[in-house]
Amino acid sequence: MSEPLIALRGLTVDFGGAPALRGIDLSVAPGEALGLVGESGCGKSVTWLAALGLLPGRARVAGSVRLGGEELLGAPPAVLDRVRGGRVAMIFQDPASSLNPVHRIGRQVAEALGLHRGLRGAAARAEARRLLDQVGIPDAGRRLDAYPHELSGGQNQRVMIAMALAGRPELLVADEPTTALDVTIQAQILELLGALRRETGMALVLISHDLGVVAETCERVAVMYAGRIVEEASVGRLFARPTHPYTQGLLGALPPLDGPRLPLAAIPGSVPEPTAMPSGCAFAPRCPQAAAACAAGVPATIAVEPGHAAACLRAVRELVPA
Amino acid sequence: MLRFLGFRLLRAAITIVMVVSFAFVVLRLSGDPAQIIMGADAPPEAIAAFRRAWGLEEPLWLQYFRYFGAIFSGDLGRSMRDGREAIGLVAERIPATLALTVPALLIKLGLGIPAGITAALHRNSFIDRAVMMLAVAGFTVPSFVLGLLLVLVFAVQLGWLPSGGQEGWRHAILPIVTMGAGGAAVLARFTRSAMLEVLGQPYIRTASAKGVPWRAVVWGHALPNAAIPTVTIIGFMVGSLIAGAVVVESVFSWPGVGRLLVVAVANRDLAVVQCILLLVAATMVTANLVVDLLYGALDPRLRQRTA
Repeated sequence: MSEPLIALRGLTVDFGGAPALRGIDLSVAPGEALGLVGESGCGKSVTWLAALGLLPGRARVAGSVRLGGEELLGAPPAVLDRVRGGRVAMIFQDPASSLNPVHRIGRQVAEALGLHRGLRGAAARAEARRLLDQVGIPDAGRRLDAYPHELSGGQNQRVMIAMALAGRPELLVADEPTTALDVTIQAQILELLGALRRETGMALVLISHDLGVVAETCERVAVMYAGRIVEEASVGRLFARPTHPYTQGLLGALPPLDGPRLPLAAIPGSVPEPTAMPSGCAFAPRCPQAAAACAAGVPATIAVEPGHAAACLRAVRELVPA
Repeated sequence: MLRFLGFRLLRAAITIVMVVSFAFVVLRLSGDPAQIIMGADAPPEAIAAFRRAWGLEEPLWLQYFRYFGAIFSGDLGRSMRDGREAIGLVAERIPATLALTVPALLIKLGLGIPAGITAALHRNSFIDRAVMMLAVAGFTVPSFVLGLLLVLVFAVQLGWLPSGGQEGWRHAILPIVTMGAGGAAVLARFTRSAMLEVLGQPYIRTASAKGVPWRAVVWGHALPNAAIPTVTIIGFMVGSLIAGAVVVESVFSWPGVGRLLVVAVANRDLAVVQCILLLVAATMVTANLVVDLLYGALDPRLRQRTA
């Protein structure tokens, strides 16, 4: 991988004694599309909110987040304000409540244009209109004066994307951007994100609990479980040869497209509470292949082959046959 | 918009009619003004003459219709004590009351809103706890207790300020502070919870995520949204500018509308009491109407519904 655009090293987050992230190492290359998958509460969103300093004050964040050589953790507010929406933009799950209900859409897009590109007045309005056009909002000129409640969820998400594009970001973090939308709109938004990435060359981090969504949109996937990354590989490799039993479980839970109707396979048990983490591998209590050694210590992440890493003792055994 | 306004005006009129009717009935059921004004040992002929003079011997429903007929021709009746027009009696007291309630309102707004915002922005900090402790104290202590307490400290013990009366601006300080403190406390609590609610909304995170500096997030994104619930409370405060000083005016013997009301009720001076209640209902209803219109200005989501 070339010089990473952004590199997270040993990122931990703690909410008053409850660890939410337990050491995240993750890099995104310029222009790359990375998927981040895992169950609700595994820390996918927290990872990127922490990286951009968007968590509430009671969250204790440690580790390192470097954006092109610049450390973001503990950076002064002025630096973060320049990065957020400028070099790294973020869009969220629920577009309707992510836009300010009392401001017109044009104003909200123009605000980002003013902050990151110094555009004001008519110039900002013209550029906001162009951006709304670019994200596929019909009749963009008139929509500038609409309020969020006058648009549909899909259109609001397009507005969010336009706002994110306003600062010409090098990285767009999309946090479950389609979860709150209808299936048909989901596909449109994903298509839009892919097209914009090709047009602008920006990198994309797609946070999702839906492996199918990630497979369609991304080149590389990182699988998270209980505040750690347990497996990381190219999309093709991960689907063909999942190494971590958790990834295998996730893939096994996908319904097959053909063949007879079978009950869906589920992973037994549930994610451990942050306050009651098992001593070794967090997945061991639910793992069909767990051994006594799994409870002894948190397994290190090792490269199964170049570009494919997993945090499982079995991966080590496969690599180094006894 | 016109339909909305017409509907609201109709509702306002109905509210006023109901308040006045209620007052009319209750006042006449609760004692005979002739007895009270003429005194317990007045000769029966004198009392009968008084009742005839004021139309009190007529059936209640007839009095009621006469009263409303008079209101619509602009006649609010006369005081049974000195025969002066009730409206004149009330009107000459209004400036004294406003001299207390307007500065008190400014204290409520100027102290309560910034305190609430500061507390919300520093949630769970020392500042927050201190503000909330003062606020709880401020609105749980009734104004007559706080008033007496202030008199005890600043008038009796320290001798800095007069304990009552209306001879100059120094006499107004304690009553204004008494009223301002309670209202500021209520407003601080309301503003704080409105701000906390708004600060937890996803659009605040969006604003931060697009690089808006925190100050601008608070002023440009949080406050306009938090203003919506806060305006309701401010509306009540504006609505009670005329009538909100009954207790404080009594404690500090301040000759305003509130004291006039207390005296008029004690005397069963029907026309004066009804005149004041009409005025109070009208200001309250007007303030509510203004609040409703402000909602539309503040919240585009309500604008459509009201249009």
